[in-house]
Amino acid sequence: MDVVKFCKQTTVVIVAGKGGVGKTTVSAVLATMAARVGVSTLLVELDGKAALPALFGLDGPFGYETIELVGGNLRARRLTPDDALLDYLADHSLGRISKRLVNSGALDVVSTAVPGLRDILVLGKIKQLEREADAELIIVDAPATGHAISALTTPQGLVDAVTVGPIRVQAQDVIGLLSDKQRCSVVLVTLAEETPVNESVQAAYEMEDKVGVNLGPIVVNGIYPPIDGLGNMTDDDLGDQVRGIADPATRDMIIRAARFREGRQELQREQLDRLSRALPLPQLQIPHLFSTQLSYPDIEGLADVLAEQVAGLPDS
Amino acid sequence: MNNHPETSFTNLISQRNTIICCGSGGVGKTTVAAAMALCGATQGRKTCVVTVDPARRLADALGIGQLDNSPRKIEGPWPGELWAVMLDTKGTFDELIRNYSSDQAQVESILHNRLYKNLSGSFSGTQEYMAMEKLYELHSDSRFDFIVVDTPPTRNALDFLDAPRQLGRFLDNKIFRLLMMPARTYLKAVSVATRTFLRAISKVVGAEVVADAVAFFQAFEGLEQGFRDRAGKVESVLSDPSTAFVLMTSPRTEAVDEAMFFAKKLAESKMKVEGLVVNRVHPSFKLDNQGPIDLAQLTTRVESQLGKDLLENWAQMNLMADQEATHVRDLRAKVSPAPVVEIPLLDGDVHDLDSVRSIASFLV
Repeated sequence: MDVVKFCKQTTVVIVAGKGGVGKTTVSAVLATMAARVGVSTLLVELDGKAALPALFGLDGPFGYETIELVGGNLRARRLTPDDALLDYLADHSLGRISKRLVNSGALDVVSTAVPGLRDILVLGKIKQLEREADAELIIVDAPATGHAISALTTPQGLVDAVTVGPIRVQAQDVIGLLSDKQRCSVVLVTLAEETPVNESVQAAYEMEDKVGVNLGPIVVNGIYPPIDGLGNMTDDDLGDQVRGIADPATRDMIIRAARFREGRQELQREQLDRLSRALPLPQLQIPHLFSTQLSYPDIEGLADVLAEQVAGLPDS
Repeated sequence: MNNHPETSFTNLISQRNTIICCGSGGVGKTTVAAAMALCGATQGRKTCVVTVDPARRLADALGIGQLDNSPRKIEGPWPGELWAVMLDTKGTFDELIRNYSSDQAQVESILHNRLYKNLSGSFSGTQEYMAMEKLYELHSDSRFDFIVVDTPPTRNALDFLDAPRQLGRFLDNKIFRLLMMPARTYLKAVSVATRTFLRAISKVVGAEVVADAVAFFQAFEGLEQGFRDRAGKVESVLSDPSTAFVLMTSPRTEAVDEAMFFAKKLAESKMKVEGLVVNRVHPSFKLDNQGPIDLAQLTTRVESQLGKDLLENWAQMNLMADQEATHVRDLRAKVSPAPVVEIPLLDGDVHDLDSVRSIASFLV
């Protein structure tokens, strides 16, 4: 599939997954890939944390105001529930009392009485950005939660619980966005490990059943690229390949490192197979980088790899 | 204060009564907590582990696949006892309500209130608070002398320290206290500004939400003091010298940053980290006293592409191990002299007692 076409399939792309699977990295890679093929992209961060800005070489969290990241096609901003709430109150001519609402603790009571209120306000604000055609592509780095999808299932629960009022209208609008295949899709991020695969499969079915969201390709992070010719080799064969290294102890370490890599790859292959059997979605694979802290050049490299894989996807 | 000069996890597990495992989500907290409990049982202690949201197969392996809020005994070849319970947030809260209500009518009206259902299921901090509540309950249970608690994977790993206070603030809510006053006092006491304010809330979320809230606070009348006393007792278990906080992390940057933040916050609350577990550490393939690898130079000595790939892989694996060690170094210094244990990246997921045992073997 053409990369530009891929990036323009839906305006809103929500990147979701359990904490620790590399959701933030994938958000940055998708946004970079889109911006590089000329799609005007807005990257939205919901936690107010510094991890995403750090991937673009920035110190500290994004601000509420949109900033330009690289090249001009890519912009980014923060959108926390608190930001969304203040905007919402201002939009409903309640800006004056917003401070009291927060300080008196009434807000705690209200958001407990209406669970998911905060999620709705954030998603509502994203819907507003989409309506204003703020960018051709809006990529949302969903907050790290115990479960990948809790924020996405709340609007329905909220519509069931609140029968009247502007919040209900807001929730209905958000459901409209989430279930509209032309406007919004969810990209699930996972790892090729047993528990993350199980949870992603479960999350995918729940999201389709409960929310009716449109699932994009599933992104599997941290895949070891294969080493050609490593399989079927005995330790002696491998040692032979590096016989130019005189020290036998060093050669032994090199062989052990190769065997470790082989073992990890084998585990990943099993899990990738299991994932494709359980979940009939196209898979995109992000290679494992041998670094514990990624920088912007890494993200650019990953964006190139991803673009190649997208080009290999069938036209849907 | 250094009444417990433990230098190893073995001592920590044999000498403390309570271990609280903290750290961000996705670092393997649940399995390490289970492994610590197994160590306790192996040392002959009557152990109970409280787990929060374990992976399905681990829960089944521990015999706690069903939520029933009471500890289940796991039989095995250890001199002590091993019990496990999966935290049932709502069930624990319901029990508290039953204990502190004056009569059955009060219990019913609270348990059936919609605001209460949301509060017990989804109020941020409730799960954390109930984990601590469960800890207190087990702490006073004579069947156990060693409790290990896995904390919920919250965004802010510290929520459980604030949870009792947070809930107290909720129950103390002044606005809704005003609403609960009998009609005549209400008119006198509530200023025009407050009434406008309440109307504004109703306008946004609907009058029924406000009505639910009023009903809840009315039903809750008289229970707050009991709850506050209880919260105080729970807090006293946390600050008891026989309680130890063990910090868990993976060697990745984000997890280590969270762990550093956590250690700092804990210190601000006058508590300290008394053990550090670094989980899922990449193996290092280095010789003793090996210096930096000059990959470019080494590569000239091999001819085949496979040979070059093998060298590169070896260099990358070691680079990864070095980076991980660098990330963890500051954290190690910060928690010093607490014992530190590193658990290597294992081949498969931990979902049976044998793999819990293999994790345990790194602890003691």
